Amino acid sequence: MKKALLALEDGTVFEGKGFGASGERGGEVVFNTAITGYQEIFTDPSYAGQIVVLTNPQIGNYGANSADPEAGRPYIEGLVVRDLSPIASNWRSEETAEAFLARSGIPIASEIDTRALVRRIRIHGAMRGVLSTECDDPQKLVEKARSIPPMAGQELATKVSARERYVWEEPVRPCSPSERVPPPAPPERHVVAFDFGIKRNILRRLVHAGCRVTVVPAATRAEEVLALEPDGIFLSNGPGDPEPLEGPAAEVRKLIGKRPMFGICLGHQVLALALGGKTFKLKFGHRGANHPVLHYERNVVEITSQNHGFAVDPDSLNANEIDLTHINLNDQTLEGFRHRSHPLLCVQYHPEAAPGPHDSRYLFDDFIRLIDEWRGARA
Amino acid sequence: MPRRNDIHRIMIVGSGPIVIGQACEFDYSGTQACKALRGDGYEVVLINSNPATIMTDPEMANSTYVEPLTLEYAEEVIRKERPDALLSTVGGQTGLNLAVELAEAGILDKYGVELIGAKLEAIKKAEDRLLFKDAMRKVGLDVPRSVLVNNVEDGVAFAERTGYPVILRPSFTLGGSGGGIAYNLEELREILEKGLELSPVHEVLIEESVLGWKEFELEVMRDLADNAIVICSIENFDPMGVHTGDSITVAPAQTLTDREYQMMRDAALACLREIGVDTGGSNVQFAIHPDDGRMVIIEMNPRVSRSSALASKATGFPIAKIAAKLAVGYRLDEIKNDITRKTPACFEPTLDYVVVKIPRWQFEKFPGTEPVLGTQMKSVGEVMAIGRTFQQALAKGMRSLESGKSSDADELDEALIPKRLITPNPERLKYIRFAFEKGRTVDEVFEMTSIDRWFLTQVKEAVELEKELAQESLESADKRRLSQAKRAGVSDRRLARLWKCDPLAVRRKRLEMGVRAVFNRVDTCAAEFESFTPYLYSSYETECEADPSGRKKVMILGSGPNRIGQGIEFDYACCHASFALQDFGYESIMVNCNPETVSTDYDTSDRLYFEPLTLEEVLNIYDTEKPDGVIIQFGGQTPLTLALPLKRAGVPIIGTDPENIDLAEDRKLFGKLLEDLQIPTPPNGSATSMEAACEVAARIGYPVLVRPSYVLGGRAMVIAYDEDTVRRYMREAVVFSQERPVLIDRFLEDALEVDVDALSDGEDVLIAGIMEHIEEAGVHSGDSSCVLPAISIAEKELETVKEYTTKLARALNVVGLMNVQYAIKDGVVYVLEVNPRASRTVPYVSKATGVPLPKLAVGLMLGKKLKELAELAHGMSSGVLPVPQFFVKSPVFPFHKFPGVDPALGPEMRSTGEVMGVGENFGEAFAKAQLSAGAPLPDKGRIFISVNDRHKPEAVRIARQMAEFGFELVATRGTAAALAAAGIPHKRVFKVNEGRPNVVDLIKGGQAHLIIYTSAGATSFSDEQAIRRTAVFYRVPCITTMSAARAAAEAVASRRRDPIRIWSLQQIHESEPTVA
Repeated sequence: MKKALLALEDGTVFEGKGFGASGERGGEVVFNTAITGYQEIFTDPSYAGQIVVLTNPQIGNYGANSADPEAGRPYIEGLVVRDLSPIASNWRSEETAEAFLARSGIPIASEIDTRALVRRIRIHGAMRGVLSTECDDPQKLVEKARSIPPMAGQELATKVSARERYVWEEPVRPCSPSERVPPPAPPERHVVAFDFGIKRNILRRLVHAGCRVTVVPAATRAEEVLALEPDGIFLSNGPGDPEPLEGPAAEVRKLIGKRPMFGICLGHQVLALALGGKTFKLKFGHRGANHPVLHYERNVVEITSQNHGFAVDPDSLNANEIDLTHINLNDQTLEGFRHRSHPLLCVQYHPEAAPGPHDSRYLFDDFIRLIDEWRGARA
Repeated sequence: MPRRNDIHRIMIVGSGPIVIGQACEFDYSGTQACKALRGDGYEVVLINSNPATIMTDPEMANSTYVEPLTLEYAEEVIRKERPDALLSTVGGQTGLNLAVELAEAGILDKYGVELIGAKLEAIKKAEDRLLFKDAMRKVGLDVPRSVLVNNVEDGVAFAERTGYPVILRPSFTLGGSGGGIAYNLEELREILEKGLELSPVHEVLIEESVLGWKEFELEVMRDLADNAIVICSIENFDPMGVHTGDSITVAPAQTLTDREYQMMRDAALACLREIGVDTGGSNVQFAIHPDDGRMVIIEMNPRVSRSSALASKATGFPIAKIAAKLAVGYRLDEIKNDITRKTPACFEPTLDYVVVKIPRWQFEKFPGTEPVLGTQMKSVGEVMAIGRTFQQALAKGMRSLESGKSSDADELDEALIPKRLITPNPERLKYIRFAFEKGRTVDEVFEMTSIDRWFLTQVKEAVELEKELAQESLESADKRRLSQAKRAGVSDRRLARLWKCDPLAVRRKRLEMGVRAVFNRVDTCAAEFESFTPYLYSSYETECEADPSGRKKVMILGSGPNRIGQGIEFDYACCHASFALQDFGYESIMVNCNPETVSTDYDTSDRLYFEPLTLEEVLNIYDTEKPDGVIIQFGGQTPLTLALPLKRAGVPIIGTDPENIDLAEDRKLFGKLLEDLQIPTPPNGSATSMEAACEVAARIGYPVLVRPSYVLGGRAMVIAYDEDTVRRYMREAVVFSQERPVLIDRFLEDALEVDVDALSDGEDVLIAGIMEHIEEAGVHSGDSSCVLPAISIAEKELETVKEYTTKLARALNVVGLMNVQYAIKDGVVYVLEVNPRASRTVPYVSKATGVPLPKLAVGLMLGKKLKELAELAHGMSSGVLPVPQFFVKSPVFPFHKFPGVDPALGPEMRSTGEVMGVGENFGEAFAKAQLSAGAPLPDKGRIFISVNDRHKPEAVRIARQMAEFGFELVATRGTAAALAAAGIPHKRVFKVNEGRPNVVDLIKGGQAHLIIYTSAGATSFSDEQAIRRTAVFYRVPCITTMSAARAAAEAVASRRRDPIRIWSLQQIHESEPTVA
């Protein structure tokens, strides 16, 4: 049995068993508290540059399939779990979770005291770390962890973004004969989506809501976007620190007011930057599927899926232009805003879920409504 | 939407006595609701017939009525108290049904009482099978396909479409009789024809079978603002076909992808909204086809349920408490999460551990029923275990069961593997392990059980690890090995058996090597936020979060899973011990593993350890907490068996010395003590072999009472009238007594039995209650009704009882509680048994006297004297506590769940719960108790009497009284002759073996409303059995002793004489309610 070590920059070293690919990977060590949905987490490009700790101790139980990934490959640097299932047990499973990660060269450390690790991260904040199935020298690994560039200041979105423009047409498909998925609305609107690390379920949801989606690379210029004659513009989720994304933010600024816009996660942060706002790094971020978010206007709480290490400072936004629409009830951080005079809405969390609850799907309909109103006004 | 100010007084309906399917989880939910509403400034009016509950403590409500849960008594409470609202959702099915009855009878409207929690319409939609299906289809949810047919051809056509097996349920038959599962056309025709014939409306529901599908439950909550959340997902280890209450269940769900889980979440919330439960908790049950993922909704409970209690304990989210707050208008996001303090209750708990619930069955108490599991719940209790992994939790759960047997001590038969795996039964898990030991594969076991392969793989891994461990020895095992074993949940005892050494040696070795238990917190959030509630479970991780305080503290060992003979009464005592410790300025630490209880609520004690009650686990906690004392006398037998080993390990046990508790169980030493004190006891002896037993029995004279030493609830106890019975018993009893001898006592026929609870500080002795049994000696004290104060014991005998009790308490140096059982025959008082610990009757006596016995006992254990505590006991420190009214405690039996079992009472306890009746006279209290127990005595109709010769004079007297009340009498030959001689009008009826129509026909035809039948010895045995079984099935009260017949006569007299009247406990004891 392979040994696996996880070394943190603060000098703590956890020892477990190695599974998946052999190797050594470094990154920011973060935890996710969702009980289900590990395959979606593995493949969410927003995890680029991060070693993910899952708090659910039993991982891999239902294996992996080809329908659930959020991107073409896993993006996590490494996986840390308490217990990894030797088998896959689910009617949709095609291979084990271990095999799925191993194919992409991702190492797994299992039998780690993940709770102690999570407590450490909660108390001291997210840390850089190295997961290795090869090196047996803890001190060396700690040093390597310390030499990794910190997440703050890292621009990763353009690295995971699509190189070429492409069109997405696939809607949401039911996972079981009993799942009631209404038929997709006719694709009557054209949406251009900036890919900062976009999740497939966002694309599926946009298609389902009645959009034809053209995905464009993160560095696409405003003129190029407008040349595609979109009815709406979408800004995706993605990894890394939003602040270095000055280029995309400048392009986005040019587009505000020109077309209805919708941003999710990093897209929300880029919109804030484009509007002159500031972002800051959270101590250890929000990653999970149980975060309560209050929608001010409806005065209802949504249980949301979250994955972000940075947040928008609400005080940095111009209160005369911006309405804050959503707030996190756990720590009162900003979860969404909208522009008073321009058709623009965005949320910090993930209304497309995957993994997570479906409470916030209405946001896709809200975006459609913005588009339709805008088109109506123009006509 | 803050708290509603338009309502002030809220009535809560409890769930009544503990029965199979409705246990102390509803004391837990009711208590939480009472506390939440009181804490918010509402006045609470409570009705619950069960005195052994925390919720019926006078501090929990403003007015507490221990009265029958019937329409007429509930109306009387409403008439007297005039509540503004009635909370329907925290009293189980009983509470919900009574709320519906009150609403439908127009009583709520009449008195302007608003139904809160769930509205009538929502309840009906959820409870009515067909309305529910329609509602679910309406919102696009899949349900098992079904059709109502009134001819065989339509049924066959349906089955051809859906495939076999199909489930058949004839409409409107008693107890669902005539239903069944058809696996093929032949069976379908047979069952369907019979079912159509049996159904009065000639109608049968045929339903697609979901047997073997994966089974899940979601616990959901919703507030008035339509915020809706899932508290917990639960996956059943046992697939569909076994009642959830009889299934091993696991939280969170283990084998669903997020897509499937979210589909289920959406369905559960859609169901909640469509049914219209606008505030509170519900649970929704689903089945998923393992091959294609088709999901059907099975049912939903629009109320707090057994699963909600489990989910609350599994997540740390207090469902009942929050449900109560939502019912009075709060929103989920207005309520704080107690554990994290800064985050709101409007979130979905996430778990970084695995929770396993395992039911506990007691088929051995009901010979004649086959121990198989199906859709009717049979378990009497359950345990929950928390581990960092499923394997660890499962192993902890198995040892929490206290089956009294070690897992490898059983004789398992390889030939039985297919049978034990295919048909669900209490031994199935054991046989699955065994199958893996014998080399069966996961796929083979799956074929036979349909249990998900993930679960099976986990069990197989555990079996394989044990095989590897068996290759090692205490000497050879290194730190890594020990650590691996402990992380997988293997106990020290198990390792010791594998390595043939002492469990304490394993413990010493691993502690030396630094393999020690640590404690993790249940915090609702997987450590994302700091937790302020020390709700802990053990693991073998790297970091201990126990963070013990430096305060003065005492640890209480709880009573483990509910079982017959050790139920809620002991949990009641443990909870009170905890409250008392806090009152006396000590930190209280609770250890228990029963998720149904109030004791395992995280805010009952200062600190809660959810752990198995084994020596290993208790020592782990002791080492971490270092308490100043440990209390073992409140939790029944479970902690008592640990007392001496703990004491030897240096743990300070407070209260009566464990050696003295042990002495009372030791036949020789105890006999010597009684001799010294000159206290008579029935002639007795003990034996360790069959020959010796026969010899002893012959010497002391038949009939004899034979039992193993160290038992609770009369397990394996019989009255033997001859040597054959003794021989048969000795062959069967050895399993239970192991090395301990069998005890043999002379059985005192027709003696009066008395139970005494007393408190002692070693010098003064305060007698809390002298309870007179209504059944004669020979019926287990837990199965006998009893009354406070005693009604027919002579003053002189009472004096003797007082004197003996005092002497015994002093001689055993009792510090705390003591229970003594006496038999009185021909003016002589005999001691039957002494238990220097809290007894089953402690809650009942506390309620009747208004004196908190456990609190006094804790004070005594902490070194106080009775004289110092007298203000808690009406100023008394000796003598007998007064009782202001008549209080009757009556047992409740589960016989209708075990068809075919002889319901005759005997020395083996078989009741699951109890009720209390209050009255100004004995008859009134007894009538109420019988009503609450579900065996109401009639006030008119026909009485069947058949008694043996010895009882005839008495029977004639009772018969005359009944005839005067206007009852018609029916008797068999001998009794009829006696009645004729006395000139009492009556009719004759045949005995069962004489011809027809006989008495059984009479009962079946609804022609008998009360049965008085006493045994005429072995010859009429089958007759008696037939009568008793039929009576149980048709719910006709059946009295089998003369003393009970006398009591029944008085009760009937009261029913005809006394009006419906009620008293609150606060009124009875004139105490000022204080906020809990």
